Amino acid sequence: MTNSVDILMITLVLANLALLGISRLNTCIRIVAAQGIALGLLPLALNGWRPGWHLILFSLLLIGLKGIVFPAILVKTLRDLKTSREIEPFIGYGASIAAGAVALVVCMWLGSRLPRPVDVSSSLLVPVALFTIMSGFLLIISRKKALTQVLGYLVLENGIFAFGVALVEEQPFLVEIGILLDVFAAVFIMGIAIFHINREFDHIDTDKLSNLRT
Amino acid sequence: MIWSLLLIPAAAAAASLIIRGSLARRVVLVAAAAGHTAVTLAAWTARPKPLLNGWLLLDDPGLLFLTITSLLFLACSIYAFGYLAGDPGGKQQDFVEGLLFTNAPQAIFCACLLAFLATMTLVTLCQHFGLLWVAMEATTLASAPLIYYHRHRRSLEATWKYLLICSVGIALALLGNFFLVVAASNPGTAGKSIVLSVLIENGQALDVPWLKAAFLFFLVGYGTKLGLAPLHTWLPDAHSESPSVVSALLSGALLNCAFLGILRSYQVCAAAGEADFCRGLFVLFGLVSIGWAAVFMLGQADFKRLLAYSSVEHVGIMALGVGIGADAVFGSMFHAVNHSLTKAMLFLAAGNILAVYKTKSVGKVSGVLTVMPATGMLWTAGFLAVTGIPPFGIFLSKFTIAKAMIDQGKTGLAAAFLALLALIFAAMSSVVLNMVHGRKSAEAGAGAKPASLLELLPPAALGAATLLLGLYIPPAVSRLLHGVAAAFGGR
Amino acid sequence: MTILLKLLNTAAGLAFAPLLIGVINRTKAWCAGRTGPPLLQPYHDLRKLFRKGAVYSESSSWILRAGPVVGLSAVVTAATIIPFGGLPVLLSFNGDLILFAYLFGLARFFTILMALDSGSSFEGMGASREAAFSALAEPVLLLTLAVIAKYTGQISFSKIFPAIDFGYWPKAGPAFVLIGLALLIVFLAENARIPVDDPNTHLELTMIHEAMVLDHSGPDLGMIHYAAAVKMWLLGALLTQIIVPVRGGGRLADVAAALLAMMLLAAVVGLIESSMARLRLQRVPQLLVGAAALSILAAILV
Repeated sequence: MTNSVDILMITLVLANLALLGISRLNTCIRIVAAQGIALGLLPLALNGWRPGWHLILFSLLLIGLKGIVFPAILVKTLRDLKTSREIEPFIGYGASIAAGAVALVVCMWLGSRLPRPVDVSSSLLVPVALFTIMSGFLLIISRKKALTQVLGYLVLENGIFAFGVALVEEQPFLVEIGILLDVFAAVFIMGIAIFHINREFDHIDTDKLSNLRT
Repeated sequence: MIWSLLLIPAAAAAASLIIRGSLARRVVLVAAAAGHTAVTLAAWTARPKPLLNGWLLLDDPGLLFLTITSLLFLACSIYAFGYLAGDPGGKQQDFVEGLLFTNAPQAIFCACLLAFLATMTLVTLCQHFGLLWVAMEATTLASAPLIYYHRHRRSLEATWKYLLICSVGIALALLGNFFLVVAASNPGTAGKSIVLSVLIENGQALDVPWLKAAFLFFLVGYGTKLGLAPLHTWLPDAHSESPSVVSALLSGALLNCAFLGILRSYQVCAAAGEADFCRGLFVLFGLVSIGWAAVFMLGQADFKRLLAYSSVEHVGIMALGVGIGADAVFGSMFHAVNHSLTKAMLFLAAGNILAVYKTKSVGKVSGVLTVMPATGMLWTAGFLAVTGIPPFGIFLSKFTIAKAMIDQGKTGLAAAFLALLALIFAAMSSVVLNMVHGRKSAEAGAGAKPASLLELLPPAALGAATLLLGLYIPPAVSRLLHGVAAAFGGR
Repeated sequence: MTILLKLLNTAAGLAFAPLLIGVINRTKAWCAGRTGPPLLQPYHDLRKLFRKGAVYSESSSWILRAGPVVGLSAVVTAATIIPFGGLPVLLSFNGDLILFAYLFGLARFFTILMALDSGSSFEGMGASREAAFSALAEPVLLLTLAVIAKYTGQISFSKIFPAIDFGYWPKAGPAFVLIGLALLIVFLAENARIPVDDPNTHLELTMIHEAMVLDHSGPDLGMIHYAAAVKMWLLGALLTQIIVPVRGGGRLADVAAALLAMMLLAAVVGLIESSMARLRLQRVPQLLVGAAALSILAAILV
């Protein structure tokens, strides 16, 4: 029962739960980095740790981008801001963790109901990917600071990527690179946008970005 | 030849970042647009050969949407030539709140415009769903800086909403991609390839539940980009806060490309025999979009937001057309062509009005026909065209869709459709007619100068094109439209 | 012979419980660079308290006098249920897990009542905080008990603990790590340790558990302190015997190993107390909900 894939999945789940409950932005960025590294190790773990050039390169790329580059961009953006903590979100922290726990149970149930895709080695993979997607959504809609919304987007991408890595072992390399490049560019541009928002508004509280109505 | 379609705008984008002189940059912009259009029109006579093992291929739908994009971009680049020339530079005062702001550097603006064209071209060429996803996300990223051209808080808010909502939507479409691969993993399919032609060929062997889930995610994901209600919340803000050139391109070209993404997955579903499931969803989302747009257009106080909601409505009509099937698919494709031309014309005319009146509020603009007669005529003609008055092209497309609905016995649906269209006509006419007639309002005082040719020629040309299409569809165009309709389950 | 061993099981807990507090205090002093009180100081304190007289407020009723007694008896009863060091238990039946959790609940209930009975506002404040936090901590305790019950397939302590050995690591390692963490958080919360509550504070507004016993003196206070020590022992026994189930070295060695594990746990708690500050009161529910989420995850994994 306990194999490396399961341990990586549990790491993902713990990272999601932690993100839902922690308000310090620096800590949140580092947790997303840890989640990215766990995700980067997933292709190797799924293949039984047998080395193959394609896999190793892909894993290194994932770890580099999701574990190092994206958090670095966000930490740099955070340094320019005056704030270090998230303000009280629409759903409080305790309620967020509780909602996360409920979502975990729901995803486990959903995962058992879905038609099992071809040769998935761990029974935790599909539910945990679903749970990561749901946590990403929860972060995006319930948090007010723009930076946390970007973190939610990264978590959403992590969840979708977990699906992809599990189900799709033979995606052409070009497409994988393209997807990663796109996410990189998205995070980069979002970081720039947050910098501009802070300069313009003196805060990154998107709840106050409500000038445009109907 | 496909390489040239991609390389021309991409190289021009790189060049415009390096070029120092403003005039040279604008010339590069227009030249690249013209070159792109030339290659596109050449493709009508001789289809280019596929590239990358069939991943990049110009089929009928691709050619149609590519032509729309290219022509629209040409018109907008000519307009932008004059627009950027007239940019005073330095700090300007905001119309709505009186804040001081600057514009983004013109180099970035031109480079992003050309990158936008390159990525949209890539979307129309893609036959591989993974590459299609990459291109879609790239269009979002290329167009976000364009929305933030006027650097003030409202456009920043609009840019942030656009970035986040569209990126989340497209992330969902990535999940749809993965589901599609799982659906294609059954034995009997040619490996796990997600190239369109291979998927259609092996349609019967695809796993149906995973395919339906994939289509659903594509619809929701790319539908966010398309502007289907209720996923359209970024659209009014982005279209109203960006410069008119960018709004015209977003409404006219980008929405079409997003629609193409959904239609590609619809093709796969139809090949697997699930066309009815997809059509039901198209009808549902289409009707909701038209209704939602109608509600928000009533009493709309900002004429650019009015045009944005009109885009939501027309996207709904296109989806509805594909959902009805048979002749309505032809109507939907024809609608795509005419809507792009008309909406671009309207946005460019609105840009002219905004430059003179310096306000986006409908209540404060009046007497456009007296102050700027040419623009006033274009504005009125555009309004008539977009609401479906003959002899403009949109009348034909809406008529075709309504007729197909009645032919299939869906008279209730047709009645609702026509009622909503009437409501929209009423909403738009009250706004437009109040603006063009009446006495010259106070805001028009200082800014009225004779409109330059560059400001008038592009919208006029677009309007003439849609008028021409309404009166007479050239046989080549008609053949292409029928071919596209056949690809999407119609006639 | 077995009856002697069963009595020894309970007696070990009752005898060694105050030593835990001594070890914690000594560890904290060592971390702070002081010598600290002697290890057996809690025993001396209890002896001093039992020799004193008690003072009762005129506005209090029989609950104030009954509270400490009920608390102590509930906790001593719980000590007869949980096995220690491989020794047999006095009381065992199917479902004694639930009794274990609810004996603590009974003690807590009477503690809250006697705090309210004293009529002091500080004690009422402490009672309300205690009620709120234990409402969150109790589900975590029950969930962790459910996890080990599911893992072993038994619902009595006397059958569960022999079934857990170090073989859990390859089979359900992550789940056990998670419930270990959750139980540690419950341990800190129920026993009024930092980061949930500071046992050394003398500011009433920051107290939770200490505030509830402000009006008690003499033997009553002695009973309360002793019951708290036995409660710490019991929860610690639960935690250590799940995580480090040392077996098979003969009876004496097992008991000695279990004792050593308890002292190590006390030292760890002392280290935690020395290295952290107490959490803001708003954050304590989040910590407990986090522990609940961990135990739910463990329940799913096992």
